[in-house]
Amino acid sequence: MCTVCGCGEGETRIEGQDVGHAHDHHHPHHHHGDHSHAHGHEHDHDHDHDHDHDHDHEHSHDHDHAGHQHHTHGHHHHDYGQGPAHAHAPGMSQSRMVQIEQDILGKNNQYATANRQLFQDQSILALNLVSSPGSGKTTLLTRSIDDLKGELPISVIEGDQQTANDADRIRETGVPALQINTGKGCHLDAHMIGHAMESLQPADNSLLFIENVGNLVCPAAFDLGEAHKVAILSVTEGEDKPLKYPDMFHAADLMILNKTDLLPYLDFDVEKCIGFARRVNPDIEVLQLSAKSGEGMEAWYQWIRSRMA
Amino acid sequence: MHEMSICEGILQVMEEQAAAQQFSRVKSVWLEIGPLAGVELEALRFGFDVVTSHSLAEGARLEIIELPGTAWCLECSKSVPIRQRFDACPECGSFQLQITGGDELRIKELEVD
Repeated sequence: MCTVCGCGEGETRIEGQDVGHAHDHHHPHHHHGDHSHAHGHEHDHDHDHDHDHDHDHEHSHDHDHAGHQHHTHGHHHHDYGQGPAHAHAPGMSQSRMVQIEQDILGKNNQYATANRQLFQDQSILALNLVSSPGSGKTTLLTRSIDDLKGELPISVIEGDQQTANDADRIRETGVPALQINTGKGCHLDAHMIGHAMESLQPADNSLLFIENVGNLVCPAAFDLGEAHKVAILSVTEGEDKPLKYPDMFHAADLMILNKTDLLPYLDFDVEKCIGFARRVNPDIEVLQLSAKSGEGMEAWYQWIRSRMA
Repeated sequence: MHEMSICEGILQVMEEQAAAQQFSRVKSVWLEIGPLAGVELEALRFGFDVVTSHSLAEGARLEIIELPGTAWCLECSKSVPIRQRFDACPECGSFQLQITGGDELRIKELEVD
């Protein structure tokens, strides 16, 4: 199973191509011992922690690997997990404590930092669109692309568990799109995005939409290196979704309330919904629009334009 | 949320450390987890046992240090405890809170052989 997302090994596919096990290779952290503070204190396994462990090391494991270009890791192989760790090293039977102090999602964050650097170097505005399935993400995207493609270069990374239907829908608009199928995985991770960037090669000064897997839970924890997470909520869903899925609305910078053309037929309380969103994220911006009728779309385009600079 | 994959992540870190720091078995693992990390501790314990079976950490003891959730209340101008992201300030009821701690998800240390 994949270490990052729990998906079945070898199930991640980019454009139908098996990417091997997408996460097996290219690990950017091979070269430095700086997140493993190997204090030599092999105290005699009764753990009396009363002696200080020299904790004055700065926890500099904060993945400041910005400079590491994603592409440069191409050939680092991990050979852990193939057995050596199971071997019993003679003379190493004494228990000792090893300080780790490592973020469990740190690896994803390292890739995200590399992606973010790449986006910055190329002046690419990357937006990570997250929502429940059926909120109208793809319709919002195709309409936005149709309206904006004349003024700026756009490309799209589509994430779904299966099928290339969404990427096909995007390609009909004439812009480059790349489909990632996560197999059993419930979210895109930064490593997949790094790979996708290698194939997609977005233009400098362009807009990159990343349409995440429809899921309001897991994608919240995985930074892809995007400039902003945009949470899309349709008014046919419950207005309390921001409270039900607080992590996602906390992580998002913008909430789009979609399908507002249906409001007359629903009991959806817009103000209440916005209030709930602000409760989990006081700074969240909110736009109301209908990708179908076009109402409110101009404000969304302005939001994008103001961030393209 | 995705506790199984988090356990896979923990195992991977342990395997890397085993190679780097020359140990062959993990007897205990200390994790630091905040209430806002989106992790169900019971699911994590279950996943840990499953994921570590037949590994260098088979049978290892999982110690979870639960860190507090904290936020800065703009109204009260002080730090207050919270349990969830949408909690109101326990003192004044305001939702103008900036989360300052509680989303940690870290491996703190290992006891190894």
